Amino acid sequence: MSLILRTASRVLVPVIIVFSIFIMLRGHNAPGGGFIGGMVAGGAFALHLLSHDLATAKSSVPIPPALMIAIGLLTAAVSGIFGLFATDAYLTGVWVDWHLPALGTLVVGTPLLFDVGVYLLVAGMTLSILFHLAEET
Amino acid sequence: MWLSQRDPDGQQRPTRGSPEGEVLELVVLVLSCFLAAVAAPGLHKILHHRVGMVLAVVPAAIAVWLAAHAPQVIAGLPPSVSIPWLTNVGVHLALRLDGLALLFALLISTIGALVSLYAGTYLKGHEHQGRFFLYLYLFMGAMLGLVLADDLIALFVFWELTSISSYFLIGFNAEDAKSRRSALQALLVTGAGGLALLAGLVLLGIATGQTTLSGINANGALGGHGLYAPILVLVLAGAFTKSAQFPFHFWLPGAMVAPTPVSAYLHSATMVKAGIYLMARLHPSLGGTTQWTTALVLFGSATLLVGTIQALRQTDMKLILAHSTVASLGLLTLLLGLGTEHAAQAAMAFLLGHALYKGALFLVAGSVDHGTGTRDIRSLSGLRSAMPYTALAATLAVLSFMGIPPLFGFIAKEAILESLLELPGAIPLTVLVAILLAGGILAAFLAAVRPFWGRLRTPHDHPHESPVPMLVGPLFLAVAGLLFGILPALADNALVSPAASSILATDSHAHLAIWHGFNLPLAISAAVLLASGAVIASRLDLKRFLDRCFGGLDRIGPEAGYHASVRGLLRTAKWQARRFQNGHLRVYLMILFGAIAASVLATILLLDGGFWIASTPSWDMQFQEVVVALVLITAAIAVTRATSRLAAVAILGVVGYAVAVLFIMYSAPDLAMTQFLFETLSVLIFAYVLWGMPRLVKRSSGLVHIRDAVLCSVVGALMGWLALSAMTERFEDPISTFYAAQSYLAAHGRNVVNVILVDFRGLDTLGEITVLAVAALGVAGLLRLRNSGGGDE
Repeated sequence: MSLILRTASRVLVPVIIVFSIFIMLRGHNAPGGGFIGGMVAGGAFALHLLSHDLATAKSSVPIPPALMIAIGLLTAAVSGIFGLFATDAYLTGVWVDWHLPALGTLVVGTPLLFDVGVYLLVAGMTLSILFHLAEET
Repeated sequence: MWLSQRDPDGQQRPTRGSPEGEVLELVVLVLSCFLAAVAAPGLHKILHHRVGMVLAVVPAAIAVWLAAHAPQVIAGLPPSVSIPWLTNVGVHLALRLDGLALLFALLISTIGALVSLYAGTYLKGHEHQGRFFLYLYLFMGAMLGLVLADDLIALFVFWELTSISSYFLIGFNAEDAKSRRSALQALLVTGAGGLALLAGLVLLGIATGQTTLSGINANGALGGHGLYAPILVLVLAGAFTKSAQFPFHFWLPGAMVAPTPVSAYLHSATMVKAGIYLMARLHPSLGGTTQWTTALVLFGSATLLVGTIQALRQTDMKLILAHSTVASLGLLTLLLGLGTEHAAQAAMAFLLGHALYKGALFLVAGSVDHGTGTRDIRSLSGLRSAMPYTALAATLAVLSFMGIPPLFGFIAKEAILESLLELPGAIPLTVLVAILLAGGILAAFLAAVRPFWGRLRTPHDHPHESPVPMLVGPLFLAVAGLLFGILPALADNALVSPAASSILATDSHAHLAIWHGFNLPLAISAAVLLASGAVIASRLDLKRFLDRCFGGLDRIGPEAGYHASVRGLLRTAKWQARRFQNGHLRVYLMILFGAIAASVLATILLLDGGFWIASTPSWDMQFQEVVVALVLITAAIAVTRATSRLAAVAILGVVGYAVAVLFIMYSAPDLAMTQFLFETLSVLIFAYVLWGMPRLVKRSSGLVHIRDAVLCSVVGALMGWLALSAMTERFEDPISTFYAAQSYLAAHGRNVVNVILVDFRGLDTLGEITVLAVAALGVAGLLRLRNSGGGDE
């Protein structure tokens, strides 16, 4: 692949990954969310895949994509269990206030955990499909 | 409904359940058989062939219980029980033991115990013997439940259970292709009848407003009701298929591939009588009309005729007995059709007698097979010296079959002839029955007299007598025939009369006796016997004569019809799969689009006023929206004109981007972002998939292009029209107002879209991501399959 693409991707890929996490976390109050974040992460690795070869791209992914899918689904499913303990229904949102010393109060809840699960799953799915297809060619 | 019956004092007493209340033991009777079935494979591992003997205790105990409660039933106080099952549709597990049920239940349990004992030794050493007893006791429980059932749906469930367990039993020798085919044939024929029966029973329940058989019968005759004809046709379809009436009789001889204990139990004494039971049971309600009488007499006579002729053409002992069973079932149907008091009594007497001698003869056939290795009557004779006890049982049974005093079969035949003669204008029918009785005697002679008498001749050496467990069954049944013949009052008071009373819904006493004086039935019986004796003595080769007359009909008979139907069904299925599932994606899409277009168009056209949009949509559009829309349309058209696959994919990406821009213009940032990302990734994925594929080639004609264009335009236009229509037809507030209001307050989020996705509709999202996961795994699996070179996907 071209030199420009390779150099650019070395800078862009980490930035895009950080951006994807940012997109996921802000989703609850601004445009974004787990789906979009996951696809952006997938896009980052796609860029890496296009600029280098398959082996390099595969080794740069810390967890195998199939495992990412599984962990994502598990996280999303488990996030609903907190609702069972708190109220009656599965997947009811449970929110807690975290008082951080310097930064103020953080409102954290199970929908965030759900979103993380969705993020992992979508990222894993995109990577899985891309890697398998790239193996063909 | 209350079923009133007069007790012996002549007082009217409403009876529903016994005076002691619900008799739960009835349920225990049925359940114990099922439990025995479940235990059978395990017990077989421990006890091996003795499991037959051990399990036979269950039906023996059932028989004892029934005998103990018989006086109560005879007195007109049937024990019953009703357990709620599906209460909101009015279905209960209702069981009731009246006279008819008592007769059948005693036959089922007694013969069941004997067959179980017999089968233990007959199938000794068979590796699947445990499974055999599982199926056998499953059948026993189902059959018992069938005759005891009072609720319509419970009856149907047990009916189908008998069909299914019969399927397993017939196909027991599963390695033999003929066994499998015959089992399937029996299942298909009786199953189709079962479906008809379900419809008939439901209609019957609707027509009478009752859900129990006792209630329906208490309602009186249904003769003039509007639904009578369809009910009759459907119920008789069920009864005729199960009881092997012409033209549904062909499955019964086919079922002879089953092990002989199965043939003795199911296909002579119990299961095939289920249809007879049903007709007898519903006689008060459906009987008495000309349609009933005509149908039953017609089909019964035809079955009697066909069965007798076919029986005389066979050379295998079991097949002779099978066809003569068909004939006997026809005779029973005929008698039930006549509907008089004497006919009902004669039918019940004949039912009892037939079960005893036919069951015994089948078991004898099995013993002969076991002892000599063959059942071909052409190569057997004089077995009485090698198998004395079996010969004794066979002789007693065959004398009962031929209707020779003092056996019970004689009494039954006298009752039949008497009931036929008392009808005005029944001379032709009586003559037909008499001739066919003679045929039956000839068949009996072939099956069970010639093999045992005369000079000893067998195909192999050392024919040997059966072991004791295999002698108990035939001897018991044969001796019972003798006993009831000498003391007919025993059978009369305890079994035949109560059963006839149930059929006729009034008290009835049969007065069975050996000697009724010198009357016409006796003369006819004597004439029939003499005629048969003459034919036997003349050594006429009846088989060859009948083969020549009727052999050609085999090719166009009902069985040929069955095979042709099955073949036709398979051919249609293959053709349909070839047309609609031929592997081309465009064909699938075409069918999908065609179906959608057809159904939506049909709905719109059939719905009045559905074709119009309520209010005209507003036409004010911004300039930039128009531009983007034009780009979208141009790109869509360009996709169809593209010649390179990658170009087509790229242009498709432009369509997606244009849609995303529209989303931005209509202030849906999340949707737009998702769309942009998805378009990018999908172009990438498509590029990988289509890499290395050849250039697009124009392969279909102009006509096909036009057809495709029209279909797609119609579908697209319909979808657009539906979207516009949905947008302008508002009858509630849009749900977005609720979500917008509650989003921050309840869910701590300002982004309504995301809050809906992960909180309000979180369960939907969980389902969607599961689908995505499965899709990814599917892609991985398919590609890995291709890589490993494992054939076509």
